Order: sequence, then C-alpha cells, then structure tokens
Amino acid sequence: MNGAQAMVKCLELEGVKTVFGYPGVAICPFYDSILDSDIRTVLIRTEQNAAHAASGMARVTGKVGVCAVTSGPGATNLITGIATAFADSIPLVCITGQVNSELIGSDVFQEADITGAAESFVKYSYLVKNAEDIPRIFKEAFYIANTGRKGPVLIDVPIDVQNAPVGKFRYPEGDVMLRTYKPTVKGHAVQIKKVMAELEKAKRPVICAGGGVLLSDAQDMLRAFAHRYQVPVVTTMMGIGAMQTEDELYFGMVGNNGAPCANRAMNDADMVIMVGARVADRAVNQPEIITRDKVLVHMDVDPAEIGKNAGPTIPLVGDAKHIFEDMMQIEIRCDHGLWLQTLYEYSQIMKETRGSGPSYIDPAEFIRKLSDRMERDAIYVADVGQNQIWSCRNCIVRDGKFLTSGGMGTMGYSIPAAMGAKLGCPDRQVVAVCGDGSFQMSMMELATMRQHGVSVKIIVIANGCLGMVREYQKNTYGGRYSVVDLSGSPDLSKLAEAYGIRFIRVSGRGEEDAAIDAFLRDDDSVLMECIIDPMDTVK
Amino acid sequence: MKKIYSVLVENRSGVLCKVAGLFSRRAFNIDSLVVGETDDPTVSCMTIVSSGNEHTLEQIEKQLNKKLDVIKVKTFEEAESVSRELMLVKVKYNRGNRRDIMEISDVLKAQIVDMSKTQMMIQLCDVPERTRLFLKMLQSISIVEVARTGTVALQKCRDQEN
Repeated sequence: MNGAQAMVKCLELEGVKTVFGYPGVAICPFYDSILDSDIRTVLIRTEQNAAHAASGMARVTGKVGVCAVTSGPGATNLITGIATAFADSIPLVCITGQVNSELIGSDVFQEADITGAAESFVKYSYLVKNAEDIPRIFKEAFYIANTGRKGPVLIDVPIDVQNAPVGKFRYPEGDVMLRTYKPTVKGHAVQIKKVMAELEKAKRPVICAGGGVLLSDAQDMLRAFAHRYQVPVVTTMMGIGAMQTEDELYFGMVGNNGAPCANRAMNDADMVIMVGARVADRAVNQPEIITRDKVLVHMDVDPAEIGKNAGPTIPLVGDAKHIFEDMMQIEIRCDHGLWLQTLYEYSQIMKETRGSGPSYIDPAEFIRKLSDRMERDAIYVADVGQNQIWSCRNCIVRDGKFLTSGGMGTMGYSIPAAMGAKLGCPDRQVVAVCGDGSFQMSMMELATMRQHGVSVKIIVIANGCLGMVREYQKNTYGGRYSVVDLSGSPDLSKLAEAYGIRFIRVSGRGEEDAAIDAFLRDDDSVLMECIIDPMDTVK
Repeated sequence: MKKIYSVLVENRSGVLCKVAGLFSRRAFNIDSLVVGETDDPTVSCMTIVSSGNEHTLEQIEKQLNKKLDVIKVKTFEEAESVSRELMLVKVKYNRGNRRDIMEISDVLKAQIVDMSKTQMMIQLCDVPERTRLFLKMLQSISIVEVARTGTVALQKCRDQEN
C-alpha cells in the first residue's frame, strides 16, 4: 500500500461517498488509487466550485464534504471555496496535492504554500511529511471538521508522500484525543438554570436562531422549545429553515435586509436568546441595542463568539441540541400571549408592499409562489445579490433546507452547492436561484451537471445588471452607476441548448404560474430565466 | 491596559506563524513575543505581551484558546508575574565617558561582557521597566547596537498551582 491508497482507504473508512475535484500531476497518485474504490468522483469545472459542491453536500447530509485538487493554481483556486465554508462553519476536508517534499520552498512548477495561504480560512491544516502519518491525520481531520464549531480542514500531501510505501495501515479507532482540542458540548447546568429563571421572569422574550442550530441538527428541539414555552423566534440568514416559515411563532429574518417585524421583535424584547449566531453586522447592526435594557443570553459552541460583538448577560457555551434538551428538563411557568399578540399585530401592519412595475414579474411574489409549490422537503439554494435577499425574505421553507453563502457572500455559490446537495440527497428536489451575475460566475458547472447526471433546477433572475451593487450605488452615490452593466451576457436559451438542458423563459406578469408548474413538473434539470424590472430593488 | 499571555503550544513547525498570524489578522497588538522550548520537548512556551482594551484582551485569550496548536493559555497582569528581559547593548566609549558607563552599569546591575579598544558590550537582565531605564541612561553615550529578548514571564509562585 502507498500513501495515495492509504488516503483513499481513510476516505472509505470515514464513509465518504463522493469526492469533488480537479486532477493535476501533484494529486494524480490519489486519483489513480480512487479508481479502485467505490467512491464517486465528480469532475468540477473550476476548483472553487469543488469546495462549494462539497459544502452543499455537507449541509444536507450533516457529514463532512470532501474535495481534492492539485497543487499550485488548483489549490489557490480552492481558497475562496474554503473561506466560504469557514465563514459559515461548514465541515469540509480539502485535500490538495503538493510538489515533491524535497522541492518545497524552491518555487518549482505549480508550487504554492497552500497551508500558509489558507491559514486564516481553515479550522486546521496539515502538511503531510510522512506517509505513515496519513491514517492519523485523516482521522483527526474528519473529527476536527465535524465537531465543536465545524469548519474546513486542509490536508496538503506532497506527491512523493502519496507514492511512498505505508508499512502497516492502521486506522485509529474510537474517539480522537487531542490535548489541544476539547470542544464543549454540554451546557453548564448553572447557566442553564439561570436562563430558565430569566425566561420565567421575561415578559417579551425572543429567540434569535442562527446557522449553529442547523449545524447541530437542533431544529426540532428549537421548535419544540419555542412551542412549549411560547417564545417567538426570528432567525439570521444562516438560520433560515430552523423554523418552518409558516410556523405561527416564526417572525422572519433579522438584519438590515430582514423583515421589519423580526427587527421590531428584537428591538422591543426584554430578553433575547441568541443561539448559534455570531451577532454579526448583517444580522445585528447595532449590538448595543440587544444588550441595553435587555437580558441577553448567548448560546454558542464556540466560546470566542460569545462576547465578541455583544456582551451577554448570560453566556452559555455548548451545542444547541444538548442545551435545548437540558433546558426542557426544567419546568417553568410563563405566558407570553400578550407579547405574541403584539407581534402578530406588527406583522400585519409591517407587511411589505413592493413596487414592481405592473407589467413585470415581482421577484418576491415569484419566489413565494415557487417555494410554495416545491416539494415539502425540497432544498432551496440562494446565490448572492438581490436574488439572495428576495429569497431570504420570501422563500417558504417547510421540511426542506435553505442554503446560501451567508458569512462570505460568495457569488456563484448556488449552482455548485445545489449540485452537491442533489448528490447528497438524490431523492429530494433541489432548486438553485441566482441572478444573471452570479449565474455567470458558475455557469460552467452546467457541464458537470450533464456529465454526472445531476438534476438541479436553476432559476436565473435576470435584470441585465449587478442589481445589488446598482441598488447600493443608487442609494449611496446618487445613481452614478459604475461597472454594473451586464450587457454581453449570452442568450440563455442557446446556452441551455448547447448544454442539452431544457429551458424556460418567463417575462410577463401573469405567466409565472404556468412557468413554475412546467419548471417543477419532472425531475430533470431545467434552466429558467425570469426577466424582472431592470430597476427593481430589494427595499 | 497590558496583559501577559503565557501560551503553551505544540512544538511544531509553523505554530509560531499561526499564532503571530492570528494577532495580525484580528488586529491585536503584540508588544513582545518570546518563544522557547519547555521542559517537555514537544511543548513550547510563548510569552506574549499585548495591550488593548478589556474586550480585546479577552478576545485574544479566547482566540488563542481556539487555535488547535494551543495547549493552554494563562493570562496575567504584570503585577502578578515575575517578568524579565535580557538586553545586550554595544556602545562606543572613550576615555572621557568610560567611567560614566561603568557607573551606570554598576548602579543598574548590568555587566560588561565584551570589550575592544573602542567598544564595549553590556548585558542587563531585569524587569522591562529597568531595561528601558538603562537604555535611557545610555542615550547620551553613542549606542552602536541593541538586542533585546522581549519579556519572558511566569505567574508568581503560589501554594496551589493552577
């Protein structure tokens, strides 16, 4: 057995079914060995998308996503994908080939110091120096990626290490013990009691759920908790889907692009329970508002997040699922009927009215209709830009998932992530929604979809410009538009035809229903272009 | 506000870079950073002195703890620690100031460790404040070169070690 075979064996033992990637000389021993395995390989069309696809798969399966690319430009191209996963705490193991160990540092062909370059975007990284270390390193990498605050782990393997013999392959069994890494899972009992005591006293409590709830698979516990104690829930962008959209206790997404009612709930509350959320700028623009005159409980598996942006009254380190379980062991008496009544009134008064031109399709209404007709457990992947904001505010999530690049805001995320999601859950409907800017950042993946028979439904909300930036320039620079015009975009019907994918175009108000039905009818890939008012805005 | 972080880390290549990178990425100050092996050859001890507001100093500790190569972080203030800095100063001397230099060295308990006909090298090991004072006293004399280790520190002895 050599190093490359050991790498593949490790992936098999970790239960990896799919590897996304792009080969090159420095990773060829690995790609040669994987031919003898049942692991499926997916040739992505640019390396960044390998990480996005692995991220999509990880987010729907709860397992670590894996990608493998070559050294030098292959590795550096991967960085944006790694950074995207890091910002959203998505568990990945990213394998990069590296030049011969003896040549490291001499700037040979396709050499890049990838562990150095990716340092601030990975949870941990390894440069493998000895093939005998491969089993231990892979075992640790999978453990680190998918425990505590999840995140990407990079393993850089020089080609000579991949070719070197591995005497005895022994995969470490049982739990990984690292003296430097012991994530706290169980919440502190005293703190939990304090939270429940405060909840009993609170008149206007609200839970703000972030992506951590989904990462710890705690959405059912959250829903049970909210209903038992009748606590209204709002979410951050990454937390969308933690509550069913139509749940009577759910009041929408917070933040500067969020629902007015959700922000009002946070503002008026006398107790805010942040769970698995970073209190980042897009969700909570002014952290002092949630600390002043309020009891702030901050629950997170990462102690460094607690107090980073807002100082909580009660910090609580641990995994959301465990914490909710423990909290529900405590009986309290509380009645928030009056508060809920107020919030229902807010949500009625603060209903948004949008001003799309009368002949144009209203993207907000379009997304509501689309998501309403999707299967109950469908996976909706939103890209970045105006389409993301319309999606966040209007997508109806039931038993499915809502995926998007929240922290990093990486354009082009939706199509590769949707592909990864579909390969992770082949039986579920997967819809990617992007703009005409973000679509062109990853449209090369239509070939990957065709090649590997991945049926993803794609909607391009087209306005012929970089809408989000244009809207910002309108508001901030008084309408001096700079470098936002997307003229020169291809005719998508011809593009779809070139890739052999069915195409639908919908452009007039009133045509949406029939188009959506045709779009969702069967399980095949479809590319739908939805033309909207070029001047439409999210606000 | 100043804090001293005594950070036990895995003694591996690249760890210093990761820790230093954390400080630059998060815009934390490093007043000084000293690294050396401990009694256990697999463990190095980094002594980092940093300054900032209370919130930043707390974040530094949390972010250090989050690094996977960090085994343990101890944080303390200068007052609860014994801290030392080693400094070597090379000065030019002449008949006129030789006595002054020796007097200053004597007062501050510095040693002359090397000498030529025109230069001498003085060694001082003391608390950072006094190494600064020593430099200040030598300011009027022509300093050729200075090398300082930065602060190393350990928490003061107690009967219960934590």
